[in-house]
Amino acid sequence: MSTDTVDKGKRRFLVASTSVVGAVGAGFVAVPFLSSWMPSERAKNAGAPIEADISRLEEGRMLTVEWQSKPVWVVRRSEKTLADLETNNASLKDPASDNIDQQPEYAKSQQRSRKPEILVLVGICTHLGCSPTFRPDIAPADLGEDWLGGFFCPCHSSKFDMAGRVFQGVPAPTNLVVPPHYYVTDNTILIGEDGEAA
Amino acid sequence: MGNKLLGWVDDRFPLMKMWNEHLAEYYTPKNFNFWYFFGSLALLVLVIQIVSGIFLTMHYKPDGELAFASVEYIMRDVPYGWLIRYIHSTGATAFFIVVYLHMFRGLMYGSYKKPRELIWLFGMFIYLALMAEAFMGYLLPWGQMSYWGAQVIISLFSAIPVIGDDLTLWIRGDFVISDATLNRFFALHVIALPFVIVFLVVAHILALHEVGSNNPDGVEIKKNKDSNGIPLDGIPFHPYYTVKDIVGVVVFLFFFSVVMFYFPDGGGYFLEHANFIASDPLKTPEHIAPVWYFTPFYAILRAVPDKLMGVGAMGAAIVVLFFLPWIDRCKVKSIRYRSGIYKINLVVFAVTFVVLGWLAMQPVTDTITNLSRLFTFLYFAFFGVLFVTSKNENTKPVPDRVTS
Amino acid sequence: MKKYILILLLAIFPATSFASSGVHLDTAPIDIYDKDSIKRGAKSFADYCFSCHSAKFMRFNRIAKDTGMSEEEVREMMIFTRNKKGKATKIGDLMTVSMTEDYARSTFGTAVPDLSLTARARGADWLYTYLRTFYADAYRPTGMNNIAFPDVGMPHVLGQLQGIQKPVYVTEDHNGVAVERIEGFETVQAGSMTTEEYDAFVADLVNFMVYLAEPVQTERRDMGVYVLIFLAIFFVFAYLLKKEYWKDVH
Repeated sequence: MSTDTVDKGKRRFLVASTSVVGAVGAGFVAVPFLSSWMPSERAKNAGAPIEADISRLEEGRMLTVEWQSKPVWVVRRSEKTLADLETNNASLKDPASDNIDQQPEYAKSQQRSRKPEILVLVGICTHLGCSPTFRPDIAPADLGEDWLGGFFCPCHSSKFDMAGRVFQGVPAPTNLVVPPHYYVTDNTILIGEDGEAA
Repeated sequence: MGNKLLGWVDDRFPLMKMWNEHLAEYYTPKNFNFWYFFGSLALLVLVIQIVSGIFLTMHYKPDGELAFASVEYIMRDVPYGWLIRYIHSTGATAFFIVVYLHMFRGLMYGSYKKPRELIWLFGMFIYLALMAEAFMGYLLPWGQMSYWGAQVIISLFSAIPVIGDDLTLWIRGDFVISDATLNRFFALHVIALPFVIVFLVVAHILALHEVGSNNPDGVEIKKNKDSNGIPLDGIPFHPYYTVKDIVGVVVFLFFFSVVMFYFPDGGGYFLEHANFIASDPLKTPEHIAPVWYFTPFYAILRAVPDKLMGVGAMGAAIVVLFFLPWIDRCKVKSIRYRSGIYKINLVVFAVTFVVLGWLAMQPVTDTITNLSRLFTFLYFAFFGVLFVTSKNENTKPVPDRVTS
Repeated sequence: MKKYILILLLAIFPATSFASSGVHLDTAPIDIYDKDSIKRGAKSFADYCFSCHSAKFMRFNRIAKDTGMSEEEVREMMIFTRNKKGKATKIGDLMTVSMTEDYARSTFGTAVPDLSLTARARGADWLYTYLRTFYADAYRPTGMNNIAFPDVGMPHVLGQLQGIQKPVYVTEDHNGVAVERIEGFETVQAGSMTTEEYDAFVADLVNFMVYLAEPVQTERRDMGVYVLIFLAIFFVFAYLLKKEYWKDVH
C-alpha cells in the first residue's frame, strides 16, 4: 500500500461529486415516502364537495353535515336573530369579517352568508380545533344576560355569535370559517365549491 | 467547530472509537472479490425492508375483513403506495438471493471455520429468523396463496407426535387460519422478528470484527503484521471497501430497479397470481407452491412419503447447515487450495439446491417425485461426503500471504 | 426509447404463461400504452360487465385521470346508479355495484367475482381466450359452456355481438380409447359483429381490464427509465471514486 503519490484535489472532487449524486438520489427516494403521508384518493374523495338538503330545516334549527371529515353546520336564522347581529358588533373582534382567510368573498358581511337567513360554517373552533356547541337560547344562566344565541366552545370557553363571529376576551383569535358553498337549487347547498357565480 | 463538537461528543460517547474500530481502522484483507459484496448488500436490503415496511404499516390493516382491500388501497389510493409496496415485495426476494449468495461464499472460502464458527452460527440464526419473517409477511396480503401457504406450513407442525394438533391450534388461534392468525403474524412480522434479526445482525458483525474477515485465499492476515501491528495484507475498511461497496450497491440497485419497475410480480414467482384473489377458506387454489425461496426445502418435504419423516427431513436439511463448521474437518479454508473432490461436491450441492427449488414448483408426477428423492439424497450426501473426505483431504499448499 | 428498453427487458425475461389446466390460450393483442383502446374497453366494460361485476378497488376518476377523459365523460359513460347510501355516486367513489352476493348466488349459483384484479390473477391471455370461446352446450343451465372456463356460471353476455358458435369435434385415439376433442367452432347464429370486429372488441376490453388490474403500470415503467438512467450516472461517479482510492492498494 502506498499513499505517497495521491492527487488530493482529484480525490476531493470525486468524493464531493459522488456524495452530491448520492444525496440527489436519496432526495428522490425520500419523495415517495414523504408523499405517502398526503391524503390518499380515499381521503380526497371523502373530502369532495357534499350536498346538503335544507328543505326540512326549520327556523332556529341547525343541520350538521360532514365535509372533509369535519362538521359543517347549516343554520336557518330568524329575522330577529339577523337583527340581533347588529347588537353584538361592539363586543366582537372582527365584526365586518375583515380577515379574508375566514370566509369566501361572498360571505364577507355582517350575516356572513349567501342567503341572509342561511348560515354555513365549519364547526371547528379557531382556537385549538374543538367543535363548539350550538347555543341558540337567549340569555341562559351560564352564558350571561347579553347572550343572543351563538356557539360556545366547551374546551376553552370561546364564544361566537349567530354569524360565527368571535367575541372579544376569548382565546379564539378569529371568526369561524365559512366554507366555499353555493346553491344548486333553492334547497340544496353544495358545500366545498364556490360555484360558477363566485 | 466540527472538531470541537466531535471532541465534546467523544468525551461522553465512544464515537471515534467505534468509527475506528469498525471502519477506519478495521483492517480487511485486500483481496476481496465479487463474492464479498453480498454481506454489505444484505445489510442494505435489511434497511430497505425496515424503512419500506414501516411505511406500509401506516396504511395496512391487519384485519381479516380489511387486509386484502387495504393492500389494494396501498397499490391504488395511497400516493406512491404502489412503489413502497413493490420495494418491499422485491426486497423480500432480493434478501434471499443476497443471503443465499452470501452463504455460498462462506462455503467456497471456508468462512465458517475456526475461529469463525460463531459468525456462521449467528448467520444461520439470521437465516432462520429471516425465513420466519418472510413466511409471516407472506400471510399479510391475505390473498389465496397467503392463506393456503400459511395453512400448509402451519400444518407441518401437526406432524409432531402427541402435541402436534394442539400446537397448530395454538399457533393459529383458531380452527383454521383466521383473523386471529393474521393479527398475531402481523405483530411478529413488524415488531418481534425485526428486533431479533437486528440483534442477530449486530452479533454477527461484532463477532466478525472480533476475529477479522476471511478472504478468497483463506489466509489469516493477522499472522503477518508490520512494525505498527497492522496486517501487511490488510487495508482499512473505510475508505477502501466503503467506496468499493458503493459501486456494488449501485449495481445491485440497478438490478433491483429492473425487477421492481418492470417485473414486480416476477412472472408469478415473487407475487403469485393466485394472491390477487382474496383469501377464501372454502377453496384451495389449483396449483399451490411456496414462494421461490422456500422451494428447495419444500421439495425435500414432498419427496418423503411419510408426514413425520417428511417434516423431519425438511427440518434436518436446515439444521445440518448449523453443524457445517464441525462437519467440514479440513484445515484448509479456501476452495482454491482444496481437493477436486470438494470442488465437485460443492458444485453438485449448489446445483442440487437450485434443482430442488425448481422441482418444488412443478406439479407432482411420478418423475418429479423420483427426481425429488434423488436430489434430496444428493443434498444430504454433500454433508456425508464432506465429513468423510475432509478429514484427510488432498489439499494444495496454502500461501503465507494473500495472492494478488 | 422506453419501448425499446421494454422490448429488450421482455426478451431477457421470457413471459411465463400460467395456464394450469392445459388449455391453449390465444395471445391477447393488447397494448397498455394505447389509451384509445383502453377508453373503448372502458365503454364496453361499463355496458356489458359493470351491471353485475364490481371493480371495487378502482375509482371512477382514476379512469378519467389515466385515459385523459374528462370526469364528465366518465360519469356519462360509467355511472348509472346511486351509491350504497342512496346518495348520488361521486366521481371519486369506488366502482361498486348494487347486486348483493346473496342475489348473485341464487341467480347464478355463485358469487359474481369482482373484476379489479382478474387480469392479474388469470392473465390477459386467459381473459382474451375466455371471452371468445363460449359455445352452445344444451346441458348447461345457461345453454352455454366455455373452453377456458369449463362449466362457467356466467351467461354469454356478449352473445349478441359474437353470435352463437358450436364446437366441432374430432375423435382421437388415446391408447385405444376414442376421445372427443374440440378442434374449432362453427357459427350457428351470426352476431352483430364479424369475427375480426369481435376479436378487436374483446382485445380492447381485455386491455382495459389489464389496466384496471394495475392502473399504475405505465407510470411505473416510465419512472423506471429515469431511475435506471440515474443509477447509470451514479455508477460512473462511484466507479471513478473507487478506482481513485484503489490506486493505493495495487
